[in-house]
Amino acid sequence: MTAENLIWGYIYPNEAEIQWSILIVLYPYITGLVAGAFIASSLYHVFGKQEIKPVARFALLTALAFLLVATAPLVTHLGNPLRGIEIMFTPHITSAMSGFGYIYSFYLIIVLLEIWLSFREDIVKNALKLKGWKKLMYSSLALFSYDISEKALHNDEKLARKLAIIGIPSAAFLHGYVGFIFGGIKANPWWSTPLMPIIFLMSAIVSGIALLILLYITASWLRKKALNYDTLFSLAHYLWIFLILDVVLELLEIVSMKYESLEEIAIIDRLLSEKIAFTFYGVQLTMGIFIPFVLLILVMIMKNREQLKTLMIAISSIFVVIGVFAMRWNIVIGGQEISKSLSGTMTYVPVFFSQEGVLPALIIMIAPFIILAVLTYILPPWKDMEADME
Amino acid sequence: MDITRRDFTKFGCRVILGAAAGTAIIESIAMGGAQEGSSNKEYDWNEHYWGYIVDTHKCIGCGRCANACKLENHVPFDEPVYRTWIERYRITREGREETVKIDSPNAGIDGFTDDIPTEEIKKAFYVPKICNHCDNPPCVQVCPVGATYMTEDGVVLVDYEYCIGCRYCIQGCPYGARYFNMEKGTADKCTWCYHMITKGLLPACVQACPVGARKFGDLKDEESEVNKILDKERINVLKHDLGTKPKVYYVGLDREVR
Repeated sequence: MTAENLIWGYIYPNEAEIQWSILIVLYPYITGLVAGAFIASSLYHVFGKQEIKPVARFALLTALAFLLVATAPLVTHLGNPLRGIEIMFTPHITSAMSGFGYIYSFYLIIVLLEIWLSFREDIVKNALKLKGWKKLMYSSLALFSYDISEKALHNDEKLARKLAIIGIPSAAFLHGYVGFIFGGIKANPWWSTPLMPIIFLMSAIVSGIALLILLYITASWLRKKALNYDTLFSLAHYLWIFLILDVVLELLEIVSMKYESLEEIAIIDRLLSEKIAFTFYGVQLTMGIFIPFVLLILVMIMKNREQLKTLMIAISSIFVVIGVFAMRWNIVIGGQEISKSLSGTMTYVPVFFSQEGVLPALIIMIAPFIILAVLTYILPPWKDMEADME
Repeated sequence: MDITRRDFTKFGCRVILGAAAGTAIIESIAMGGAQEGSSNKEYDWNEHYWGYIVDTHKCIGCGRCANACKLENHVPFDEPVYRTWIERYRITREGREETVKIDSPNAGIDGFTDDIPTEEIKKAFYVPKICNHCDNPPCVQVCPVGATYMTEDGVVLVDYEYCIGCRYCIQGCPYGARYFNMEKGTADKCTWCYHMITKGLLPACVQACPVGARKFGDLKDEESEVNKILDKERINVLKHDLGTKPKVYYVGLDREVR
């Protein structure tokens, strides 16, 4: 691709370089998965949905695994990464981005506490039962307190429930503020909309539930255990509901733009018909929303045929997690492919071997799964999944 | 000894509070030294409020301004980064259909070439562009650490020692005035040659312009040329509806100008 092919029309001279790369696509994607997994867990911890109990603690571990990786794409992208900590010392509060340090830290503490409280009984039992370095590890995790009487466990549960209640708006905030980072930029007509935080949040929940479904199916298959179909179909049902909310908001944005037909509509039209036509209509909408929507309706109508339904749910979930990635791509990259002159477009060309390239992106996306494997080794959530099985 | 959770939490909180207090004390000592303003003792930034005028009727598209800027401010010539540039607008008309062709080859530093026959062009003009040093700057608003700021004399600057290089300000500028400085790993932009204007000189671009299309002056001085022009001419600013309150005022801003 020559330089000439990458640019169409007139762009401001400084726009020749695209500033936010695939790493910045990853950050909202990862925090979205975190928020979604947490909210799925809250369906049990807060709203008492018993069908979700088998995967509730597993969802918390998933949220933590991805949360631990969330800072990586941001720090890797900074021009001066070592100064990144300034966001904690001097957050400039008119900037949505300045919220990152405190929102992230606060939410990390909540998730850690939630996990600790819901696993504490298991931790203490292991601390008392095991020997050697494992005994030390579990004792440290128990904070050297071994009280697992009825009263203590009841207190744990009460506190965990309170935390989960705080956790829901915190998760919403963790991901909603990212939406506002884009939605508050009046300079960019593709980004600027009050709907952005809510659109981000809905697609986050959708991606989190879909990821949880896939991880649950994979974990059960790896461990050669049967799936709890009540849990699976319940998750699929919630996925379907949030898909509807997600698509309504995403389409509302586009329809509203076309209807109001402001000056920017010409370049937005070009963005949708030329630059991101495939990733938007093809991947985000058709693959990521409409096909899963139809498959899940069929799943809800069909009787018996558990294995086929599981396959359909798995395919829907895979399509959803890909579709939500495309949605982040279309917003972050799409928004930068239109010039603020409203008269031209640029093209983002991802590089594989680069500080901000595809390779670091792949590493960052694979890491949480490794972390999750370690977490489930230290804090196994498996007995929840077997509790209802014969 | 069996430590209770309460004791452990109390101890932990004390450690964290102590660390936070210690950090705050050290930070304020470190930052205290950075309170000094300009090193130029005769310049008082409270006495001036700078403004800029661009007269598009006069610009001939020679490119000397953009060239002078890069020389004066050590902006790399071999990178697509610019603190100022000139746009050329050529409007061709076939019947009632108008086509607007805009270009800015290398910001106009090397001038412009003719690739449309003159007889097909109905209207053409040049528009110099530069950071608008807005009074309600969206770039300052979005900086997560407060590294970009506005001085008392109305100039928007970047603190190169503090900027973390997140590039949010570059996204936030509606005018494309900012760029990423690879060497420093920070955001960068036109400074209205702050190092010169605080010594009573004019910015490099204003000095270089052979036809007086660019003017710079003190909005607080009622006798200044910029104020006289603002009182006399029909003035406009770029993207007025965005509410950024630019301080670069245009004489002869055509409706086609982006």
